[in-house]
Amino acid sequence: MFVYLGMALITFTNRGIYCKQGNFYIDPWHPVDYAVTTHGHADHVKWGNKNYLCHDLTKPILKQRYGLEDNVQTLPYNKEIDINGVKLSLFPAGHVIGSSQIRLEYKGEICVVSGDYKVEYDGISTAFEPVKCHTFVSESTFGLPIYNWQPQELIFEQIKSWIADNCIKGKTSILVAYSLGKAQRLIKNLAGEYPIYVHNSIANLNEGFAEAGVELPQTIRITPEIKKDEMQKGIVIIPPALADGRWVKSLQQPAIGVCSGWMAVRAGRRWRSADAGFALSDHADWVGLLSAIKATEAEKVFVTHGSTAVFSKYLNEIGISSEEVTTKYGAEDDDEIIGEASENPLKEESK
Amino acid sequence: MKRFSQLIQELELSNKTNDKIAALVSYFTEADDKDKPYVIAMFTGKRPKRPVNTALIKQWAIELSGIPEWLFSESYSSVGDLSETIALVLPPAENAVDKPLHQWITELAQLQGETDEAKKEYILNAWNSLNTQERFIFNKLISGNFRIGVSNKMLVNAIAKQSEEDSSKIMHSIMGKWIPNEITYQELIAGAHVNTDNSWPYPFCLAYALETEPENLGETSAWQAEWKWDGIRGQIVKRNGELFIWSRGEELVTDQFPELHFLKEELPDGTVLDGEILSVKDGNVQSFSTLQQRLNRKTINKSQLNDAPIGFFTYDVLEFKSNDIRQEPLSQRRKVLVDIISNLTTKDIALLSPVIEFDSWEKLAELRETSRELNSEGIMLKKLDSIFHTGRKRGDWWKWKINPYTVDTVMIYAQKGSGRRANFYTDYTFAVRDGEQLITIAKAYSGLTDKEIKEVNSFVNKNAIEKFGPVRTVKPELVFEIAFEGIAESKRHKAGLALRFPRIARWRKDKKADEINTLDDLKQLLNSTI
Repeated sequence: MFVYLGMALITFTNRGIYCKQGNFYIDPWHPVDYAVTTHGHADHVKWGNKNYLCHDLTKPILKQRYGLEDNVQTLPYNKEIDINGVKLSLFPAGHVIGSSQIRLEYKGEICVVSGDYKVEYDGISTAFEPVKCHTFVSESTFGLPIYNWQPQELIFEQIKSWIADNCIKGKTSILVAYSLGKAQRLIKNLAGEYPIYVHNSIANLNEGFAEAGVELPQTIRITPEIKKDEMQKGIVIIPPALADGRWVKSLQQPAIGVCSGWMAVRAGRRWRSADAGFALSDHADWVGLLSAIKATEAEKVFVTHGSTAVFSKYLNEIGISSEEVTTKYGAEDDDEIIGEASENPLKEESK
Repeated sequence: MKRFSQLIQELELSNKTNDKIAALVSYFTEADDKDKPYVIAMFTGKRPKRPVNTALIKQWAIELSGIPEWLFSESYSSVGDLSETIALVLPPAENAVDKPLHQWITELAQLQGETDEAKKEYILNAWNSLNTQERFIFNKLISGNFRIGVSNKMLVNAIAKQSEEDSSKIMHSIMGKWIPNEITYQELIAGAHVNTDNSWPYPFCLAYALETEPENLGETSAWQAEWKWDGIRGQIVKRNGELFIWSRGEELVTDQFPELHFLKEELPDGTVLDGEILSVKDGNVQSFSTLQQRLNRKTINKSQLNDAPIGFFTYDVLEFKSNDIRQEPLSQRRKVLVDIISNLTTKDIALLSPVIEFDSWEKLAELRETSRELNSEGIMLKKLDSIFHTGRKRGDWWKWKINPYTVDTVMIYAQKGSGRRANFYTDYTFAVRDGEQLITIAKAYSGLTDKEIKEVNSFVNKNAIEKFGPVRTVKPELVFEIAFEGIAESKRHKAGLALRFPRIARWRKDKKADEINTLDDLKQLLNSTI
């Protein structure tokens, strides 16, 4: 849909972001011959591509979630390879374990596709690294000035004191978090005081990570054998799709804490039947997006999913040439969480 | 402020009444005594005069956050609340100050009459010393508009529980005239101020909607039936030579209705009447849309007085010869009421709301069908031996309303809601067919379940045709049955008519957009009701 003059390294097609010179796609939403994958969330990985290229640590995710193994090629961060004359390398995006920005270079022209990213180090995903480029493709999930995250230490303090309070009141602490990313971040930062019980979808991923050499604190897989009063004394982590389900209600005095950037706004907190909302996000906040973009020194910024129109208008106003593009990203993972990317009309289809 | 901020958070996150009451009880147990009357005033809508106007506050917030105005507006439409938007876009605070709530409120009141520069300095300083949640509360203190899902009844129940006092006494007390900085929490609970106050009204006795067949209510002889009038429920209080007219919204509306001022001379002292403020011309009740010309006006002109003269249809008497007679049976109170009204020298303005004679439920059901001809909404059923309850109570009083009118429409615009629904398209505009055109007929934002809202939301996301700011034009495909209470001519609306109380009755998934009603259908209805 968008045609860039001569030098364009990427174009936005109806299959996804395409690099003509290298003849490959980045996070395509329809099957292609060669797909470069930024990270393992469902809106960025489609089943059915002939070949996949991703970071070493995204491989266990593709295997675990999509059964992809033989046709998956991997790369560590900062290692350049050549695809049909295009130099390609991966840089950490700080979003979830294995998440990468894809750097392309061809005849001196550099383009970076960032996938999803956050600038704060979360203790488990390799820290975000700004990469200088001519063209930068950025998300804008939280591209409004109302989103300003607190440092994660502060949020984890709030979560811990909420859990302690639940314990006193005999309530079961249930944290709602995406299986990939948020769950591991919670496990890493909350481990120690209480046993952590995790849903199958999280336990499976954790096993994959363990095989790939990622060290995660110990957790307990939730099985029918585990007694409910046992979990009452611990922390239960489940994906969003289960938060309103019958199983949660069957726990002893369930107290539900939703961990998501959308919780920064009261409407987001109140919509869900949550008892607490913690604004803990794996995406960059307003300031994070702006600082990341400025650090790239890019001449042109394409804004994909999120507050695309508003964010790209603002970039243009502050002198950074920008354009919004329609993609099928933004449905995130697992199931919808209320308030998620409701601006994106294609959200429903990308699930 | 910290304790209050905690209370607000607890109230917001809970959707169970019991949890909310528990949060209020523990607040009234633990909080600074001086804060409590302010909190009660705030939750019951006793608003102090706004010290700084909204436009200035917004302007300062935009200035301080360094974002363009359009971006602030976009943020606002995403958040759905101005106070919260400001709290979120401001740069992080550099200091931390913990002042008690009453001090903040007092300081804000003192800004009244200060120069804009002084106000700005104060507000900016405050913002710079509060965290996001506290800023949000501070901004709400400025606007005085704190709607947090605490009804008067819930608040009263919590205070009654905390103080172990009778809830109707507390309701009395907090509904009276008092000023937070002149009263202590203890005095407020004790109701020290209400005896010396001539104006205080009684809590209204309210009825639930009748959900069963009236036959299940037993013998007809135990019941009194009246028309359910569609006006403003009001209480007229005459004590010590003073007259007060209260609306059900606990607002004093005495000045709005000069036609009723003769009651100051003619009602005996120590009388409180319950009734309905209506527009009555030549003895006939006029439609609500006629009455509406007279509501919330600072001045009333001659033609309004002429076109929409006010009458008061009395239902009940709550105080007589300075005695609270609410515990007497209705049959007894009605006798007193008949006497009071017949003793008035000025006739035809304050009237008895007639009792409907009936000897069988079938007969009453027939009469009910004629409600609309009288501009009534149906029938009220009150047990003859019922006391005048405080608030809503099941069993003694029932409202038996006629079924609303309905019209099938198609959704053409959607807009995101506010507050809890700020991220969802929840406000819809509906149209009927007018030849080849679709013409807007109503806006409604209630009546769907959360699940249905999600479904509509995803439809809007997929089928948006155009954007106008926060509004989306959508493919005219979803058919909704809209219920409404009345219809009136309107020059302001393109359709030339306006619906009263429109709301979504049902989502007609079984109907297609070409099966909706036409403008002519509605015009016919309009003609038949005038």
